[in-house]
Amino acid sequence: MEYKPIKKVISGNYAAAYAARDARVEVVAAYPITPQTSIIEKISEFLANGEVENLQYVPVESEHSAMAACIGASAAGARAFTATSAQGLALMHEMLHWASGARLPVVMVNVNRAMAPPWSVWDDQTDSLAQRDTGWMQFYAENNQEVYDGVIMAFKVAETVNLPAMIVESAFILSHTYDIVEMIPQELVDEFLPPRKPLYTLTDFDNPIAVGALGTPADYYEFRYKIEKSMEEAREVIHKVGKEFGERFGRDYSQMIELYRTEDADFVFMGLGSLMGTVKQAVDVLRSEGYKVGAAKVRWFRPFPKEELYELAKNVEGIAVLDRNFSFGQEGILFNEAKGVLYNTDAHPLIKNYIVGLGGRDFTVSDVKKIAENMKGIIEAKKLDREVEWYHLKR
Amino acid sequence: MEIPENVKKRLSLPFEENFYAGHTACQGCGAALGLRYVLKAYGKKAIFTIPACCSTIIAGPWPYSAFNAPLFHTAFETTGAVISGIEAALKAKGYKVKGEDGIMVIGWAGDGGTADIGLQALSGFLERGHDGLYIMYDNEAYMNTGIQRSSSTPYGAWTTNTPGGKKHFLERRHKKKVIDIVIAHKIPYAATASVAFPEDFMKKLKKAQKIPGPSFIQLFAPCPTGWRSPTDKSIEIARLAVQTAYFPLFEYENGKYKINMPSTKKEPKPIEEFLKLQGRFKYMSKDDIEVLQKWVLHEWEELKKKAEVFG
Amino acid sequence: MNTLFGEGKSKAKKIAFKSVEEYPEAPISLGATLSNFTGDWRTFMPVVDDAKCVKCYICWKFCPEPAIFIREDGYVGIDYDYCKGCGICANECPTKAITMVKEEK
Repeated sequence: MEYKPIKKVISGNYAAAYAARDARVEVVAAYPITPQTSIIEKISEFLANGEVENLQYVPVESEHSAMAACIGASAAGARAFTATSAQGLALMHEMLHWASGARLPVVMVNVNRAMAPPWSVWDDQTDSLAQRDTGWMQFYAENNQEVYDGVIMAFKVAETVNLPAMIVESAFILSHTYDIVEMIPQELVDEFLPPRKPLYTLTDFDNPIAVGALGTPADYYEFRYKIEKSMEEAREVIHKVGKEFGERFGRDYSQMIELYRTEDADFVFMGLGSLMGTVKQAVDVLRSEGYKVGAAKVRWFRPFPKEELYELAKNVEGIAVLDRNFSFGQEGILFNEAKGVLYNTDAHPLIKNYIVGLGGRDFTVSDVKKIAENMKGIIEAKKLDREVEWYHLKR
Repeated sequence: MEIPENVKKRLSLPFEENFYAGHTACQGCGAALGLRYVLKAYGKKAIFTIPACCSTIIAGPWPYSAFNAPLFHTAFETTGAVISGIEAALKAKGYKVKGEDGIMVIGWAGDGGTADIGLQALSGFLERGHDGLYIMYDNEAYMNTGIQRSSSTPYGAWTTNTPGGKKHFLERRHKKKVIDIVIAHKIPYAATASVAFPEDFMKKLKKAQKIPGPSFIQLFAPCPTGWRSPTDKSIEIARLAVQTAYFPLFEYENGKYKINMPSTKKEPKPIEEFLKLQGRFKYMSKDDIEVLQKWVLHEWEELKKKAEVFG
Repeated sequence: MNTLFGEGKSKAKKIAFKSVEEYPEAPISLGATLSNFTGDWRTFMPVVDDAKCVKCYICWKFCPEPAIFIREDGYVGIDYDYCKGCGICANECPTKAITMVKEEK
């Protein structure tokens, strides 16, 4: 069958819902939270209209239970999906560890939203990045198309390495903003993403198993290593799956860091998610003004693209890491990771952290231009003015 | 392994064992006995979910299992949610759940995991009407963590965080009536049961299998370690709990109450008979015993009224 | 012969791995607890007097291990490899056919 995309103008949240439908998810357990709700509303519509077969929707009483129910469903062999945001994700935290520890390939969309207090419903990456150590893979979408593609790819990657995956999109900037999304006809999704083959099953009554019993100090350690080994393997799987996706549907995701106009760049902007759309636009403007700059969009935060970052860092004089997140008592989280990766290498460009857009503060092309100016000065001086800059701070 | 047919016929419980010895329950454990009964009732065709509790340990450390049935270990507060997810998955995949030849989806949680930290997920499971069975084995405290009080601990009990002293009394609150909270969800089937009456428990397990929708059984399961009672007295204590009406056996089925006491007609025995076998009650004064006795009889009268009016 | 678990008992074995490669990918069980002989927890051992036994099987019914099996002749036997010596059987026996005896080890 020839690939003819189905084009629709939809929000990021609807893109997530359509992708879950097209991935033929079998169990959805979710709890409402702004700005995630329209994902679940759309899935409920699919059910109400009879657009999905064999889908069980469990309207649980909390996010903690949403993840717990997905874990139960996944352990029983189903393809399970949920979506949440901020406070909901934080409430799930315990069960995020459970999903990876039990090696269950649950896929979840998290809409990045700032953690309270003060209350906020706007974009901020701290909620998902705070789940860094839970054994979940994390993919940050730049636009609605990447939300759709990401969910479908995530199932394939997750079910190959038997680890859960989180697709992350920005509150409102993607979740509620309409854009053209090319959706893939069902038969072609089915070819790309065959039914799940579980690592184990709870329904083999002749050979029953107990999952997750007490692991003594003599054995726990090895199971942790197994998770890490699968995370390492995931890098290769992501590369292959992303490449196959590109060959089938024209959008290549083989690179864990998407490079934009970085050849011959003096310095690059690095960041996650939707803000990199703004950065790319700014790069075009800056290039036209004579700046030799590029953008490095980190698609997968876990597993972290170490090799790709090293290759990039070798060839630039500076990296401006734009963090829409913060780890209190330290610095931006992506910045922290990047420095850590480069320390034991011979690539040591000037690397500066800009804290931007927390809690949905506007971050525009002109902001990127100002940062470019600052970075230019740093590179000329061959030294940082300061390591971490709270860029928008009212002074 | 077979035994003579005429012997098999005389057994009051199924012969088949799906609970393996070598498990690591304490001596005289009521919870272990309860598990043995449940695994007898459903054979292998049951999927168990167990949260943090004594049974996590009883079921055996990795790589062993005391269950000849599938078992998923989960976090403390999640039993209701996990069994909801398992049921949903089985349905999505076209399996028959509950009913004569259906798969039983069972949550097996302690009183802390049910009455306290797991109450929300339990409520969700009941309210959404999943085809599953939730069994709360009630040993009246957090035993696995070292005998701390739960909301299911009775008035006057010693626990490690109600130790009693010059200024502070023992457990001051009466036992939470979890079964009443469950019944408030108007589910089709809820019951209490006791390890001292396994035939009655077995009947209830069979009913829970037959009746569609969520079922709930609160199983009284003595804990010699936490109750400071002799290990050989577990059944005797459980029997006395019923005979004193401290833990009456009853069913709530489609809106109707039915008391299943071996001795409904007789007056309940004095509560002291239940208390005196257990070290956890030894610090209670005469007045304390009076307070508990009054509460027990009040609750018993209330239950009898319910059975009378809604029987 | 223990009629509770048949060959399950003789087949059960201790499982231990030397290399990470031998471990399963997920923490799933690989065998029964039957290889764990809990009999050494015991202080008092139940001894059955067949002469007093009326074959009511109440002891069999209430054993939490279970470690009480039914012999071919219809009397009960105790699997001392598993019996932890809780004494429920002796306490519940209506004819006092089971006595708890201090064990010399």
